[in-house]
Amino acid sequence: MNDLLPLVVAVPLLGAALLVAAGRRLPRVVAETVGCTVSAGTAGLAIVLLLNSSPPMTEWVGGWQPVNGESVGIVLTGDGPGLGMAALASLLTLAALAYSWHYFDEPPRRHAGSFPALMLLFQGGMCGFALAGDLFNMFVWFELMSVVAYALTGTRVEEAKAVQGALTFAVVTSLGAYAMLMGIGLLYARTGELAMAQIGRGLDRHGGPDALVLAGFVLVLTGLLVKAAALPFHFWLPDAHAVAPTPVCMLLSGVMVELGTYGVWRVYGSVFSGPGGVPAEALTRVLVVLGVLTAVIGAVMCWYQRHLKRLLAYSTVAHTGLFLIGIGVLTPEADDGVALYVLGHAGVKAALFACTGVLLDRYGSVDEHALHGRARRLRGLAVLYAAGALGLAGLPPFGTALGKSVAEEAVGGPLTLVYVAASAVTAGAVLRVAARVFLGLGPAPPDHGEYETTGSGEEPETGHRVSRVPGPMTVVPTVLLATALAVGAVPGFAGLVAHAMSEAGSGGVVVSTPQWTVPGVLLGLASTLLAVGLAAVAVTRPKLLAAPDWALPLRRLQSGHVGDYVAWVLVGAALLGVLALPGVSGGG
Amino acid sequence: MRAVMDVLPYLVAAWVFLAGCYGLATSRNLIHAVGCLSVCQAGTYVLLLSVGYRDGATAPVFSDVKPGSRPVVDPVVQALTLTDVVVGATVTALLLALVMQIAKRHGTVDPDELSELRG
Repeated sequence: MNDLLPLVVAVPLLGAALLVAAGRRLPRVVAETVGCTVSAGTAGLAIVLLLNSSPPMTEWVGGWQPVNGESVGIVLTGDGPGLGMAALASLLTLAALAYSWHYFDEPPRRHAGSFPALMLLFQGGMCGFALAGDLFNMFVWFELMSVVAYALTGTRVEEAKAVQGALTFAVVTSLGAYAMLMGIGLLYARTGELAMAQIGRGLDRHGGPDALVLAGFVLVLTGLLVKAAALPFHFWLPDAHAVAPTPVCMLLSGVMVELGTYGVWRVYGSVFSGPGGVPAEALTRVLVVLGVLTAVIGAVMCWYQRHLKRLLAYSTVAHTGLFLIGIGVLTPEADDGVALYVLGHAGVKAALFACTGVLLDRYGSVDEHALHGRARRLRGLAVLYAAGALGLAGLPPFGTALGKSVAEEAVGGPLTLVYVAASAVTAGAVLRVAARVFLGLGPAPPDHGEYETTGSGEEPETGHRVSRVPGPMTVVPTVLLATALAVGAVPGFAGLVAHAMSEAGSGGVVVSTPQWTVPGVLLGLASTLLAVGLAAVAVTRPKLLAAPDWALPLRRLQSGHVGDYVAWVLVGAALLGVLALPGVSGGG
Repeated sequence: MRAVMDVLPYLVAAWVFLAGCYGLATSRNLIHAVGCLSVCQAGTYVLLLSVGYRDGATAPVFSDVKPGSRPVVDPVVQALTLTDVVVGATVTALLLALVMQIAKRHGTVDPDELSELRG
């Protein structure tokens, strides 16, 4: 089984190479079939390996085994969380490719293979990042998936917004990646190792943490948190998501951002969790503070958007905050909850982006105000959109609800309120959109050129406006929502996830099986009710919940200026250092 | 003096990285900004190479040096630096292509004048 592990990464890369080489001669149907087959095959392989990942697999590529405990080879780790993320990335790639089947206008026109090839490269990069067992390869895969993501974001090069968003995304993420590489260099200088487990042991041998360990920790975390879009590293995300083609948005929001969170979890667990690393209370302080800020600011900004893709992007930022809080408290139960939450969120968020894409292709706009009451005839889509919003709020039995309730119980206290509020506000914003766009409820919102991005005047992604909604564009979101539902509703699935998580985290001791509890269900219902209430008030009495004056400075921070975002990355890195410092200086 | 010489490469690496960041944050031209990003990356090259440096050691090429006969610098960080250079070339090429498109679509390469995305 071990030998198959590198194939999860190699198959999509080979598929991409094939498509690039032969793409010019292939008819579009063949290129797309190859793309779907390769991504589905990789997904199948990842799932088969996942089911056989007990005990976790380790593969030293090319037979470069460690000698006397010292290693120079490339190591892949095939444990539950890694293979799970690889499977999730592969399945979402398949969904995105199916969604763009035939109708999607894929530039460049004379090269049918280029878009599927980029998607497969993206998939390969994400799978590699998920399975990387050494820090340097984590950086390489991080860069591969990022570079492909920049290219995919700017796929429609003739659009002014698309190229600006892609450039901002590229500069900020690359800077984060270089910070991460600096951190990796420092850790290598201390331990002479690159494999994560070996670095962890090397740090422990050296004694308590000192300035060098702290610097390495801050730099590596800066890179990963830029990818995860935690505050104040998050500014690139709304700009990139608002301009990327819909199938790409599904992948960016559904799994790429979550891979950043996964990276934080993986790196802390295998490198910094020992006595020579960063103390647990320092990590908790860092992640909980940043997580709460991210969740609150993300939710507030989400509420005030009228560009539908930006709105969903901020909802992703808010949920990232919730994931970070979950992994920050460092309990196995919270890890299980976050894993379930990520799975459910991926399905729901990808489905919502897919529905928004249909609006774009049908009406040539993703603006809440311009679309007011225009989509009354798309009843099926309205049901999907509302179901997605309820899933985002955490209505039982969605997977999001189960994950959220387990995480809420694990974090406890006032942090539970953050979970309820952030999910309710972001879901309320989506429900508000659904009520206005699909039902035409409430007065048409006034247009008063504020400091904001509108979603009018966007080009449909199908080449021309479609008169009938193509089949794949409704089937894919339906399947995604059904999957998100299944994550929470299928008995035994949560147990499988917990088992996979525990084997990687607490060494095979299954602490408890996540299950529905009465308080969890009640909290899920409460946030759903709150979301419905917020949406109802916003639609019927728009003035009550209109942006107050204090929200404007918050919006001005999102200036679209790449220099500002770079400055915020530096501020964020300094903040990480300040938050982590007390624990380290106390311990050493 | 010895201690200063030991720390100097690391200070240089940090300085180069931060100088690049400063340039990025204050840039008035996107091509300049892409250059500054490469400067940041040059900081990582300096750091990686100084991590592998040993006094009196030679290059880790064994065509004319008998293995074990004299110390060599760490080849691992050199491999990392090479990979890093490749990554950097890809990123820079892609970024410059994007800047070209921005110049075509916006008619400017001044980040202060790009106002399509905000709020």
